[in-house]
Amino acid sequence: MATAVKQFHEEEAIGKTYDFQVARRLLRYLKPYVRQLIPALLLTLALNLLGVLQPKFTQYAIDWHILPRQLDGLGFLVALFFGTQLLRLVFSYFQAILLNGVGQYVMFDMRKELYDKLQHQEVAYYDRNPVGRIMTRLTSDVDALNELFTQGVTDLLGDLVMIVAIISVMLWMDVKLTLVTLLTVPMLFAATTWFRRGARRGYDLVRTRIARINAFLQEHFAGAQTVQIFNAEEKSLRTFDRINDEYRSANIDTIFYYAVFFPLVDLIGAVGVALIIWYGGYRVMQNTPEHTVLTLGALVAFIQYSQALFQPIRDISDKYNVLQAAVVASHRIFKTLDLPIAIVTPEKPLKKERARGRIEFQNVWFAYKDEDWVLKDVSFTVEPGQSIALVGHTGSGKTTITNLLMRFYDIQRGRILLDDVDLREWDLKALRENFAVVLQEVFLFSGTIEGNIRLGRDEITEERVRWAAREVHADGFINRLKGGYEAEVRERGAGLSVGQKQLISFARALAFDPALLILDEATSSIDTETEQLIQRAIERVMRDRTSIVVAHRLSTIQNADRIIVLHHGEIREQGTHQELLAQRGLYWKLYKLQYADSSHRPIADNREAVT
Amino acid sequence: MDDLRKFARYFRRYKLQLTIGIACIFGSVVAGLFIPLIVGQAVDENWTQVSWTKLTMSAAEVIAASVISGGFLFLQRRILIGMSRNIEYDLRKDFYDHLVNQPLSFFHEHRIGDLMARATNDLSAVRQLAGPMIMYTLQTVFVVVLVLPLMFILNWWLTLLLFLTMPLVSLTVKFFGQQVHTRFEKIQEFFAQITARAQENFTGVRVVRAYAQEDAEMAAFNNLNREYAERNLSLVRVDALMRPLMTFLIGVGFVLIIWAGVPLAVRGEITVGEFTVFNMYLTRLIWPLIALGYVVNLYQRGTASLKRINSILTVAPAIADEPGVTEQPPIKGKIEFRNLTFRYHPTDEPVLRDVNLKIPAGHTVAFVGRTGSGKSTIANLIPRLVEAPEGTLFIDGVPINRYPLKQLRSSIGYVPQETFLFSDSVKGNIAFGVEKTEQADVEWAAEIAGLSEDISGFPDKFEALVGERGITLSGGQKQRTAIARAVLREPRILILDDALSSVDTYTEERILAQLRGVMRDRTSLIVSHRISTVREADLICVLDEGRIVERGTHDELIALDGEYADLYERQLLEEELAAT
Repeated sequence: MATAVKQFHEEEAIGKTYDFQVARRLLRYLKPYVRQLIPALLLTLALNLLGVLQPKFTQYAIDWHILPRQLDGLGFLVALFFGTQLLRLVFSYFQAILLNGVGQYVMFDMRKELYDKLQHQEVAYYDRNPVGRIMTRLTSDVDALNELFTQGVTDLLGDLVMIVAIISVMLWMDVKLTLVTLLTVPMLFAATTWFRRGARRGYDLVRTRIARINAFLQEHFAGAQTVQIFNAEEKSLRTFDRINDEYRSANIDTIFYYAVFFPLVDLIGAVGVALIIWYGGYRVMQNTPEHTVLTLGALVAFIQYSQALFQPIRDISDKYNVLQAAVVASHRIFKTLDLPIAIVTPEKPLKKERARGRIEFQNVWFAYKDEDWVLKDVSFTVEPGQSIALVGHTGSGKTTITNLLMRFYDIQRGRILLDDVDLREWDLKALRENFAVVLQEVFLFSGTIEGNIRLGRDEITEERVRWAAREVHADGFINRLKGGYEAEVRERGAGLSVGQKQLISFARALAFDPALLILDEATSSIDTETEQLIQRAIERVMRDRTSIVVAHRLSTIQNADRIIVLHHGEIREQGTHQELLAQRGLYWKLYKLQYADSSHRPIADNREAVT
Repeated sequence: MDDLRKFARYFRRYKLQLTIGIACIFGSVVAGLFIPLIVGQAVDENWTQVSWTKLTMSAAEVIAASVISGGFLFLQRRILIGMSRNIEYDLRKDFYDHLVNQPLSFFHEHRIGDLMARATNDLSAVRQLAGPMIMYTLQTVFVVVLVLPLMFILNWWLTLLLFLTMPLVSLTVKFFGQQVHTRFEKIQEFFAQITARAQENFTGVRVVRAYAQEDAEMAAFNNLNREYAERNLSLVRVDALMRPLMTFLIGVGFVLIIWAGVPLAVRGEITVGEFTVFNMYLTRLIWPLIALGYVVNLYQRGTASLKRINSILTVAPAIADEPGVTEQPPIKGKIEFRNLTFRYHPTDEPVLRDVNLKIPAGHTVAFVGRTGSGKSTIANLIPRLVEAPEGTLFIDGVPINRYPLKQLRSSIGYVPQETFLFSDSVKGNIAFGVEKTEQADVEWAAEIAGLSEDISGFPDKFEALVGERGITLSGGQKQRTAIARAVLREPRILILDDALSSVDTYTEERILAQLRGVMRDRTSLIVSHRISTVREADLICVLDEGRIVERGTHDELIALDGEYADLYERQLLEEELAAT
């Protein structure tokens, strides 16, 4: 319990600190795009400086034309003004293209890096982490960063430049009036800080509460039948009402901060305008024909500047949440990227070629977790070309042996050798390329039938794919499919029967022509015709290679060179079918139980399994 | 449109809030419009004679107008956004209420992930429709409607010029908004592909590793990733033009004010102050004009989401009380199946065929048979999780659908094959659905279910949390919790659907013995694979392909030497095997 609760709190706590390390690391992703970034930043600079000019035009219009009542040169002023607008249009277009482009490329790089990392993570990682969580890293978390690049950084940078530029121009125009105007900045700062704290707290609360709602919904949709049977609809509705209400009030409490903040900022802005009228007006009053303290145009420009100053300051607070979310997301992404991979190719692999196919287990002990031994002191050898049937009850360790052979997991004690070399000394890729597996639940990828037989190995020709399919008698049904070998496999093989999927995976195994075959026979029964096809396919695929079969079919067992009987993680009996039967031991009992009367093979019906 | 009309009903309760909120938007906009006017007046003062008092007055007026406008703005946000949160709450409540009453078949047709998407993303989009969209739309409308005449009075020519260009801003938003929308859709569509691909890879990790497909998978993902980035870039290209174009058009407005306004001012047709007012009003117009684009977006997303939510809310629960059902006399527990043939879908093969069975109240009947023989379906029919055809199933001689669901189910204790526990305390899980519970009752139920010892080992005993954030129960503990849950209700009919499969034989025997005591004069239906569970039953039915093929007591069936006897023999062997 403790660890679960701790983990939960850890997830929560990440967002609390603005992590500069994270920021620094994010910057590294920008490095390859310096060439796009530098012009983009220059454009941002130019853009905001041009923006700052705008009130100046109003000032000149008043001071040079309206007050002296003369129109000479107005055309030039207007043309210049229009010119700056046009330049801004062009600049900001290119700026956006460049910056957003970089954002997209960084996302691309990051997704690639994540995916590549995930491809090398060991199987145990996927046991520990639900697919949904891994998907979140790859999707929502990367997207949160996208927001950061496309909105956050660009605007933030622009806003900062704008603030600095406006204050500079104001200082240049009138230092004293600027100082008076800037009196509002501490107010704005205080308001912003207050808002940020409040909104942040509110946001945290809202997040935890919506998480609770979602958890509740998920659970009660899944358990709707239980709710109904126990007449708990009303009671659960009341509970839901409570958490729904808590979420609502957390939201309404948060509205308060927003509702106060925006008018408050407007008010502070108005105070700024009032100060300018009041003190700036006083400065205008002091004008004499000989000496101009402050022109009326400058006064108006000042008002515009003070308003222009508020927008970026407000925006920065708005961007705060985007920044926060991005920091949390990148933190999670980096954590995934930094996770060590336990199972890797050694630095100097001893073996990387095609194996002959000799397998040896030497006193192997293995546990998925702690000391819950799934295999205890297991030793056996398989000579090249031999076939071994693993037999035993559910949980006896059969499937584990196949997982260990492909080094999905590393063992705790003992050694596993392939061609007399420890698996841990093998090049991982080469090791696995020596195996073909056919698992109980056939996994088909979306794509064509042919693609599912060939997978990613381009050197397997179309002829070979067809040959393999013919050899395992899969071509019959494939040709009947609309599109034949090019038929699309939808959603993991929906539309294909269990038997058909099996035949495809046999074709796959044969096309790969590996030195070793691992076969985990399906327990569910298939119609007799397909059953016969599958039996023939099994025999065909097992020919000429070392095979390890988690066996359920009597025929497979009978044909095996040797049978290994596992019981609670230990090898209890070994020998051929006849030898073991003669022993009248564990195997004999198992045999009587499972195979003696084949009419009693369990029949799986999906519907019953669901209810 | 129909969806919107349905949605409008949610506003009914908040008519007052809505009205006041709208009034506040109006107030805030009006008060805000005064500020430029005050500034304009100040600018027009005769600067050689103006007094301090005058300036101070103007400054005070600006602040006063802002305070009033801000006050309304505060109220507007609080009231309208608050209202949208209330509507969100109501809608979510209805959504839950609706779904929790849906039968099993509904959850087979709708994936939970999909339902969750509607309860989260779609609901939030609809909330935006009810709050921010209304607020921003009205704000824009009021600003435009109020500013326009004011500016017109000041100078019609300049106003006309401005309002020839300003609609271009909204048009830009509209045109590009559409472009953005279609490109965004394409991105989303592709996003679905890329996630499906990744999900597939993660789910099939063993196959990928076994066939050393990592490189090929990375390459395949890389292609998708590139395409995804490219689609995003195509959105960027539109988006990168939209915003600058908007800013440009607004900038052109300022250029126009100088180009046309200065000559007017020089000729004395407008004052300097009025010239300033025009500039300030244009600034005020920027946000509403941009908001218009934003609003269109909110509207599109909101209505699409509304449709998705309504499509769920309009599915009437397939199993519900028929009109006119009334409370029946208390259930005693007699059950009768009369020529019952059952299919899940009209086109399916029957799961149960011609089942005829009378179970007297107080009897214990067991069902055995292979997976798929129809045992669980029988168990599901009685609490009406699935619906028996009319006139085939009777409780105490009354057709089952004459009972109100509530009465029927409150008389049944049902322990399903797969135990479902909620993230609640152990006690909460045992007392699930019971209104008032005494600790003693819960303890009693736990005792009967053989759970007491386990619970005393939990850190917080009965208050220990179950699930992801609490303790993890073993399969057997879960099943026993479910049994305690059923027992606590002291049901007239107890149904155990393979409910002891994860419990070891010794514990099973103890539980069964205790249950027999509790269930002495109540009806029990026991579905099991294990002979040990059913051998004491008054009647054992062996099912095969939906038919009752053998029936009798344990001894009778053994004597019959049929399927049951065979099963018995095999289980003896199995026990022997487990003992080795």
